Amino acid sequence: MSVVSAGPRRAGLLFVTPFMVLFLLLFLTPLGYAAYLSLFQHKLIGGTTFVGLDNYAKAVTDPQFLRGVLRVATFFVIQVPLMLVLALLFALALDSGLMRLARVVRLGIFVPYAVPSVVAALMWGYLYGPDYGPFAQLGRLLHVPVPRFLSETWMLGSLSNVVSWEFVGYNMIILYAALRSVSPELYEAAAVDGAGAWRIAWSIKLPALRPALVLTLLFSVIGSFQLFNEPKLLQPLAPDVIDSGFTANLYAYSLAFTGQQVNYAATVSFLLGLVIVAVSYGFLFASNRRRAV
Amino acid sequence: MSQFSLSRRSFLAAAGAVSLGTALAACGGDGGGSTSAQAVGQSDVDKAMATPTELTFWTWVPDIDQEVALFRKKYPAIKVNVVNAGQGTPQYTKLRTALQAGTGAPDLVQIEYQYIPTFTITDSLLDLQPYGASALKSRFVDWTWGQVTGAGGEIWAMPQDTGPMGLLYRQDIFDQHGIAVPKTWDEFADAAHKLHAADPNVYLTNMAANQAAAWHGLLWQAGAKPYVSSGKSDIAISVSDNIGKKLAAYWGGLAKDGVIGTEPDFTDAWYGALNNGKYATWITAAWGPVFLSGSAKATAGKWRAAPLPQWDSGSQHSGNWGGSTTAVIKTSKNPIAAATFAQFLNTDPETTKLFATKQFLFPSSKALLTDPSFAGDKPDFYGGQPVNQVFAGIGDTIDPSFQWPPFLDQVVTDWTETVGKSLADKTDSVAALDQWQSRITAFAKNQGFTVGGR
Repeated sequence: MSVVSAGPRRAGLLFVTPFMVLFLLLFLTPLGYAAYLSLFQHKLIGGTTFVGLDNYAKAVTDPQFLRGVLRVATFFVIQVPLMLVLALLFALALDSGLMRLARVVRLGIFVPYAVPSVVAALMWGYLYGPDYGPFAQLGRLLHVPVPRFLSETWMLGSLSNVVSWEFVGYNMIILYAALRSVSPELYEAAAVDGAGAWRIAWSIKLPALRPALVLTLLFSVIGSFQLFNEPKLLQPLAPDVIDSGFTANLYAYSLAFTGQQVNYAATVSFLLGLVIVAVSYGFLFASNRRRAV
Repeated sequence: MSQFSLSRRSFLAAAGAVSLGTALAACGGDGGGSTSAQAVGQSDVDKAMATPTELTFWTWVPDIDQEVALFRKKYPAIKVNVVNAGQGTPQYTKLRTALQAGTGAPDLVQIEYQYIPTFTITDSLLDLQPYGASALKSRFVDWTWGQVTGAGGEIWAMPQDTGPMGLLYRQDIFDQHGIAVPKTWDEFADAAHKLHAADPNVYLTNMAANQAAAWHGLLWQAGAKPYVSSGKSDIAISVSDNIGKKLAAYWGGLAKDGVIGTEPDFTDAWYGALNNGKYATWITAAWGPVFLSGSAKATAGKWRAAPLPQWDSGSQHSGNWGGSTTAVIKTSKNPIAAATFAQFLNTDPETTKLFATKQFLFPSSKALLTDPSFAGDKPDFYGGQPVNQVFAGIGDTIDPSFQWPPFLDQVVTDWTETVGKSLADKTDSVAALDQWQSRITAFAKNQGFTVGGR
């Protein structure tokens, strides 16, 4: 179709217009406004002044912000591999066709994703309770020491557990769908060549899953670095562990709504966005290069 | 939010609990009281109150329609739209947004005492002096008037309800271990050690590591003046003066010794603890008795009320924790009607009585506090003790000159992350107090204030 007349082209423009208008209004405009805000400073005494990039200079050396970013990075490194490996195992098991009650299991693993993360965090907050939480009670009954899930030592692990519980099913569905799209002929050919179930999983299924894995990884980068709901909801239960700068996103929120420092909050959010773009791009780049080799 | 889903009474109490109690910072007085606006004449008032008008009122008091109906009976021309825009902080956030946007702000708002300065610093409240508010001073408990007035004599709001602090204690646990109701903080500390030694599962009290409001109430009781504003841009901050240090050493010491709890309050675990007798007392405020009877039903009949222990056995002092006011927003197009509503709502004998008996708000009205039908109430939950009377008496021992900072949210967060954390972690609370002082000071300077004190 090398020749496109003016008519269809105009029609095409018309088709994308609704999207472009919404994209402009709901995405680019707020983004631009946040960028604009981040160049000012507002004081209770003295009002608003233009400060150029001062907020950025302050943020890149702000220990609270850096600590928040470091913490979500740690969270990412610990939680995401665990979650994706679990999701992968479940997807492979379901796809193997050897599992009984596959439909029920699939639904069971996916259901937590349908639970709003607010409810999930509140529920886990109760389960983690040091006095009346079921784990603690069970531990007391059996005289087995139970870790203090909401203490400084355990908090990141406890949060990882909540997030994994929520998202294993979601990632599993993505991987499972990708597996279903693999042509059965490949399996038959492999079987004819004498490959067993493990060999098929390793040599056919895993390579076929690569694009889906990259996708889930990208989602996880974004989700991890923006960690907010779960720590925010556990904060009332462990105010001495989860402070206002526990994660980078929580820090931006506290700046805006506790300190009334909207401009600096915009700066921090913008920088966090840049970190996420950089990490995501890094992963995409690495995976593309490996494929090219 | 499970901790807020109890009864509607607890709703109010939690309001007081979640945020701090408050007062009126003396800001905006730089020009002296020179420009006290011209008083509005009675004929103007009559005219305004007969003109069909709509007012919008943001409040989280449940069923306030009953009180509004009484107002409408008297002034049928004025329609009041009640909006629940959230309780405490969420409402303030919306209000600040509306004020900044210049549109969408209500005519009237419920504001807790301690948050008044955060709205006078932005010049958002209407001075009620020209609308006859000055004449109402004698109707209210003395300390509340100090909280709602500015340095130049401005009247920023009408007191609605209060939270004078006192001690609720388990008579049965005290009897069992031979503990007398502590009259001083020294006796309280001794009792804490004694009780925990006698029964390692029981603590005398819980000093919640997230409850900056209680800490401020105790500072207030101890005679501290942690925040003193003079002029709009000058503030003296001395949260870590000798009084603050005395408090930090005391509570930090008890926490370190492990004889009190420090768990966050208004959580499931905390409710469980109150029901199961883990804590023998609750240091709380006048809204506490009704709240407790709704959330610790298992312990009915076992509790009693007493004034707070004292630092100096020779005198009685307390502080306030919780309670609210009604303020008029400066941008209101109908200031006369709004000011009249705010005054009626909080001084009319019928509305104030409804607040006290239907919504269980602890009154700010002097007349009601001595009214036998209120003060004489003897709830079974407290073994027939007239608890309202106990707290009504405490109201007279609160210093009216305590002030709040115009950036309270930051102060509260910083407290939790320094002093509160030190209590929970059993680390040096006095050192944490210095961190609190320096964090607030840095914030205030960053916001353009001239900071003195300490």
